[in-house]
Amino acid sequence: MSAGRRLRVFLVDDHRLFRSGVRAELGPEVEVVGEADEVAAAIELIGERLPDVVLVDVHMPDGGGQAVIEAVGRLHPEVRFLALSVSDAAEDVIGVIRAGARGYVTKTISGPELTGAIVRVADGDAVFSPRLAGFVLDAFAADPASAPEAAVTFDPELDQLTGREREVLRLIARGYAYKEVATELSISVKTVESHVSAVLRKLQLSSRHQLTRWATERRLL
Amino acid sequence: MAGGVAGGLSARFGIDANIIRLVFAVLAIGDGSGFALYVLAWLVVPRQGETTSIGRRALADRRALALALAFATVLGAALLALDALGLGFVAGLIWPASLGAAGLVVVWQAASEDELAYLRQVVGQAPVIGQTEGFSKRATVGRVFVGVVVAAAGLVGLVATRHTTGSTLEALGSAGVVVVGLLVMFGPWWLGLARDLAVERRQRVRTEERADMAATIHDSVLQTLALIQRSSDDPREVTRLARAQERELRAWLFEGRPPGSFDAALVTTLAQGVAVVESEVEESHGVALESVVVGDCPMTDELRALLAAGREAAVNAAAWSGAATVSVYLEVEPARVSMFVRDRGQGFDPGAVSADRRGISDSIRARMARHGGTADIRSVPGQGTEVELVMPRPDADR
Repeated sequence: MSAGRRLRVFLVDDHRLFRSGVRAELGPEVEVVGEADEVAAAIELIGERLPDVVLVDVHMPDGGGQAVIEAVGRLHPEVRFLALSVSDAAEDVIGVIRAGARGYVTKTISGPELTGAIVRVADGDAVFSPRLAGFVLDAFAADPASAPEAAVTFDPELDQLTGREREVLRLIARGYAYKEVATELSISVKTVESHVSAVLRKLQLSSRHQLTRWATERRLL
Repeated sequence: MAGGVAGGLSARFGIDANIIRLVFAVLAIGDGSGFALYVLAWLVVPRQGETTSIGRRALADRRALALALAFATVLGAALLALDALGLGFVAGLIWPASLGAAGLVVVWQAASEDELAYLRQVVGQAPVIGQTEGFSKRATVGRVFVGVVVAAAGLVGLVATRHTTGSTLEALGSAGVVVVGLLVMFGPWWLGLARDLAVERRQRVRTEERADMAATIHDSVLQTLALIQRSSDDPREVTRLARAQERELRAWLFEGRPPGSFDAALVTTLAQGVAVVESEVEESHGVALESVVVGDCPMTDELRALLAAGREAAVNAAAWSGAATVSVYLEVEPARVSMFVRDRGQGFDPGAVSADRRGISDSIRARMARHGGTADIRSVPGQGTEVELVMPRPDADR
């Protein structure tokens, strides 16, 4: 991490109250270099100020967080995104992650926890909430190779989780912090982070169509 | 029948006990080997709740073995003598009957206190030895006498048909007479046995119902009373809690809706049940429940028990841990459902919980055990508590 330098953070949310709330709660490690309340302004301002991390609300008019992430990601791949949402709908969560967000947290997260998540995303690690970990376990649960139409495109590197990744995700879903996961599995925090990053990569790149189908079905429930 | 062998085997291998009983009965009538097999199984299969089988204990008891051997020899000799007298059909009974009788002696000698008490009760009711409940001694003696006479007449008839070239029909008739004689002798005893079994089953069901009811009352009324004590300085909160509890109790007593019974009409899947638990606990205890559910499946009685135990764990965390959020994780796997309830509160020393706190032992551990599951509770003072509940799904559709 950039030692000594404060992390530059940009806020995108259509609720002013929420933006000021986040500003007030963030720790001294980060400074807010700008904010926007709609998609088009966000894309323009982020391109101008090039922050380290963008905190982006999933639900906004005109395409929401996903539109911001996709547009900025094409031009400035070095900018990292952390998605924030009140919603826990699988479709939204999977959507922003597949668009390129490096993590997802709910808006009930405490100030220090949010600051920690921003630092982690800035470092290139992934941030998984218990809910997101649960989604991934659920979506990758069925054996993809067994579905006939998936057999052609099935890529074991991307389309299934390793046993260790599953263990890590399970503990996160149970409410364990990365450090507690490390202790429980007798591995280093660094290893936990690399497992989670690997899962994030699979989540973003996997071509398993089950992922999208699963998310849509989940919404219908 | 007598030793509970069929029930034990059925529990072990998952076959219906009545089928096993039928097989034993058919073999016993056929050539007597069912009788011997039954006694053998009685020796080998440990009684529920006992670690050693009767046979294992018997091997350590030489007197019992010697006695059994003597008994088998005498019986064998008697049967051989009958055979020599021309009762050929008896020959096939020699081995099974001897083995079975020897086994019975061993059972009697080596049975534990519990088993002996049960055996005494069973045998005590046999009309030949003791007296059947509800019959006078004279009536019993008279009945046994009639039975013996009828059976003997049948036997004589059988022997007669063997010596003369009697028709098969006559032989069958004689066999029928023997059976009638046996029925007259032992019929009431058999009926009594069947009645006792039914009574015992009813009692067991009643005990389990009582335990479920105690757990339900604990989860609702006792929890509320604890909450009321904790908020005694806030009269409005006390009133609210008392009202809510009153409504719940009324619904249970007068409308038959047990508290937290996961109404079968509203809750058909596990995920829906988790949502109910989540909103109930959040509402009554003002603590956020972060629930994550992986997979889903239809509700069953076992899963209702799992959710009830999980809710109790969450309620404990909400009421005692001091943590603002409680994490609930539930995963459905093909062979089992696991549920984790975790808080980062003050934790406790599981060994130091006083015995009158029934929450963990009754509402969580015993409830899970009653429905075939397990509960594991880990807590470190200062770091929080995690409760792990596992319920197997033996009949899951895979």
